[in-house]
Amino acid sequence: MKLKIEHLEKRFLSNAGEQITALEDISLEIEDKEFVCFLGPSGCGKTTLLRIIAGLDSATGGKAVIDDHVIAGPDPKMAMIFQEYSLYPWRNVIDNIAFGLEVRGIPKEERYSAASRYLELVGLNGFEKSYPYELSGGMRQRVAVARALSVEPEVLLMDEPFGALDAQTRNKLQKELLDIWGKTRKTIIFVTHSVDEAVFLADRIVVLTRRPGRVREVIPLDLPRPRDRTSAEFARIRRHVLDLIEDPGHPQ
Amino acid sequence: MKRYIKIISPIILILIWEILAIYVNNEYILPRVGSVFLVLLQPFTDILGSGSLAENATVSLYRVVTGFLLGALAAIPVGILMGRLQWVNEFLDPLIQIFRPIPPIAWIPLALAWFKIGFTSIVFIIFIGAFFPILLNTIDGVKRVNRTWIETAYIFGTRELQILYKVIVPAAAPTIWTGLRVGFGIAWMSVVAAEMLPGTTSGLGYLIIYAYNFGQIQVIIAGMVVIGIIGLVIDYLLKQVERKKFMWQGLER
Repeated sequence: MKLKIEHLEKRFLSNAGEQITALEDISLEIEDKEFVCFLGPSGCGKTTLLRIIAGLDSATGGKAVIDDHVIAGPDPKMAMIFQEYSLYPWRNVIDNIAFGLEVRGIPKEERYSAASRYLELVGLNGFEKSYPYELSGGMRQRVAVARALSVEPEVLLMDEPFGALDAQTRNKLQKELLDIWGKTRKTIIFVTHSVDEAVFLADRIVVLTRRPGRVREVIPLDLPRPRDRTSAEFARIRRHVLDLIEDPGHPQ
Repeated sequence: MKRYIKIISPIILILIWEILAIYVNNEYILPRVGSVFLVLLQPFTDILGSGSLAENATVSLYRVVTGFLLGALAAIPVGILMGRLQWVNEFLDPLIQIFRPIPPIAWIPLALAWFKIGFTSIVFIIFIGAFFPILLNTIDGVKRVNRTWIETAYIFGTRELQILYKVIVPAAAPTIWTGLRVGFGIAWMSVVAAEMLPGTTSGLGYLIIYAYNFGQIQVIIAGMVVIGIIGLVIDYLLKQVERKKFMWQGLER
């Protein structure tokens, strides 16, 4: 798998009728099995960038290409995990996980056995018949991860998936996600506005500027995992990234 | 305490009624409670050659169910299309805004002109009564489907038709169901009104108008009680289904 973003641009008209540039001249290459975080202040267009890669939004200039195929709509090689409220509340856990396989016409037995496998991977055995409203926020996001994995995508797109969780659950899920990433060897593109989260997770952090969103800096991280949030090296990188974000870079 | 409090107001009403009836002392204006109960306790006895309470109730129910189902069958698909496709919505909305405020009963003369007195015109009136609340709730339910649910389906490569029956319909089902409940309520009121038309020969509406011509006030009141109870029971049943099937509503996260 190879993902390339070339001179991507996104403009739209605001409700007030003014032209807004959400993304400007974004070029990036994402390697196979890489864990990349898009980091930036809110409103910097990081979610828009992810949605264009997912094929949910279209760019107004440039292109996103996966394996020589220009992305124009959702691609079966990619699955996305949203911030929250993405589970179907009328389906129980196992039927939620099996949804992607179901719409692809996979026979019942096969999709349930796959769903059970991923249910186990995210550590939710025994919750097959539970409904989303019976689960905690962290458990719901585990289900969302299992649902995305069940269709065996090569790329996982995650849009602030832990953003609505409390700090403790969040840290726990970050560790679990790294475990899952280690076991399944997916490429992960992870959008966050938390510097700490990005530094803890990523192989590379793509720091975006405030609107219009441009790539401010790409920071490769070679800290060994599991990373120690209290280490001096972690603090140093976090400081550097914070400085990048706090300094808007493009005064207007 | 809470359970008892619900029984108190009906009991007070019956007491006041009985006191008034004794005071008025005229069964052609307000009969005694007992005489109405006497009618209610004999649901299978023929009343003045117009059929029994049960027979007439069955006829009314048959009509209302027919008109209601036809209304739902028309309103739900149209509502889904209008909720899902903006251009269909804009195309049909003016018509709906014009026709919606017209009460079902105002259609009666036209129904008579088109279908003559009988089953068809009554069913037509009920259809009109049920159609709009079901339609409006369906549109609303479909429009308010969480966008993330739809996008999740797109991500998995779901085709539009699959999105319709695997996401849109189940997600909008609670709101559509509310529309069915409201629609049934209006349909039930419409059937009684339509049956009171001259020339009708059966149904609860017919029974109470017929009883009026014979000064049988106790039959009128008994008929009204039956109309009320049937409406209540059906709404209760629909509510139970709602509670069981759409438990997730309001809890969705």
